[in-house]
Amino acid sequence: METFDKDNRYSNILGWLAFLVTSVALYMVFEYAPTERVMGHIQRLFYFHVAAAWIAFFAFFVVFVGSIIYLKKRSTFWDNIALASAEIGVAFTTIVLITGPIWARPIWNAWWTWDPRLTTTLILWFIYIAYIILRASADESEKKARFAAIFGIVGFVDVPIVFMSIRWWRTIHPQVIEGGGMNLAPTMVQTLLVSIAAFTFIYFYLLLRRVKVEVLKNQVKEMKEELRKLQYN
Amino acid sequence: MTFFKQIKALVWKDLKSEFRTKEMLSSMLIFAFLVIVIFSFAFDPTDETLKEVFPGIIWVAFIFAGILGLNRSFVAEKQNNSIHGLMLCPADRSAIYFGKVITNLVLMLIMEAISLPIFIILFDYSFSGSILKLILVILLGTFGFVAIGTFLAALTANTRTSEVLLPIILFPVIVPLVIGAVESTGAIFIGEEMSEILPWLKVLGIYDLIFITVPFMLFDFVLEV
Repeated sequence: METFDKDNRYSNILGWLAFLVTSVALYMVFEYAPTERVMGHIQRLFYFHVAAAWIAFFAFFVVFVGSIIYLKKRSTFWDNIALASAEIGVAFTTIVLITGPIWARPIWNAWWTWDPRLTTTLILWFIYIAYIILRASADESEKKARFAAIFGIVGFVDVPIVFMSIRWWRTIHPQVIEGGGMNLAPTMVQTLLVSIAAFTFIYFYLLLRRVKVEVLKNQVKEMKEELRKLQYN
Repeated sequence: MTFFKQIKALVWKDLKSEFRTKEMLSSMLIFAFLVIVIFSFAFDPTDETLKEVFPGIIWVAFIFAGILGLNRSFVAEKQNNSIHGLMLCPADRSAIYFGKVITNLVLMLIMEAISLPIFIILFDYSFSGSILKLILVILLGTFGFVAIGTFLAALTANTRTSEVLLPIILFPVIVPLVIGAVESTGAIFIGEEMSEILPWLKVLGIYDLIFITVPFMLFDFVLEV
């Protein structure tokens, strides 16, 4: 029980930190950052969109690392980390895929374009959805973890190749919409950084919580086994 | 027995049992055929736009038909627990993987060799490129597909929903391969210069190299008891 309380204290601290930084980020996004001259208010979506994308990529990198360590050490801890990170990564990628079209519609006059970054994000989303489905359809928990770890490695290795191939593919076909960069004012960069910090805190908070849920699930399972044994003896 | 002899024995076993029934090969062929016929209803087969999508159509047909074969390759071994027999063989586990890759490659290449001329005839496609280059692209594309497909098929064979699961986890991973194969096939069909095709051949080559190495390194983990 003691470790449980300790874990809870850490995640509570992290939760409050996430709340605080997110509040600051919200204030900065809506008040501190200047309105973009050409795009107007819709550009404020950028701070969430980019921050979510960064954290999603980071989450998938954690899946990759967790998978490798799991295959080496076979510790449930790293499997839980990989699982939690994959689920959070999919959630953040979904945010990216939803905020993207909302931002793109008024600016590019199209909901979607098959640009390398967009398409790679979509494929990434599919790969990690597949990761979650694969986990769900393996029976034993050891098999589940092992298969997921193998796919976590294969999926991550695939991402750079997907990006490169789509980039070549798009340069051959006529580009409808030019991506183009924005010139960010210093206050915008500050806002973006705080926003990324906020998302990072949220990520780690969710990660801790999700791992905790998985640990508790395993404990319940073990208790059930014990009870069943007592019943039949 | 050396490593190559072991692989040869495994391939021989698989091909022998396949050619006794020709179960997989005939299903794959008919399926590829069906996909093309369905496409001819989806697009107007006499239309000019068809010329542009034709390379895409044939690869979709190959990949869909290939999935059928991949699905069977390890699920069939689950019957009578023959997979455990294979694992008990005094051979490296990766021999099983390479054996299955070669078997699937042979089956897919036979299927492609028969169906591609039929597709070209059916759509009355005027082919103006080099046959040798086309063969090279089909070899590279099929090899990459089979290399990663066989590996993931071994993974899904041990799950509850194996047949449904394989396409879901395989398709996102083969995106670069599909792009490379379709683009280079298209370029060859209209008789483009080698310099136009080369970047796509590189994509296919790199993909093949990576996705034969990664499964080779990880295959031991798939077949654990």
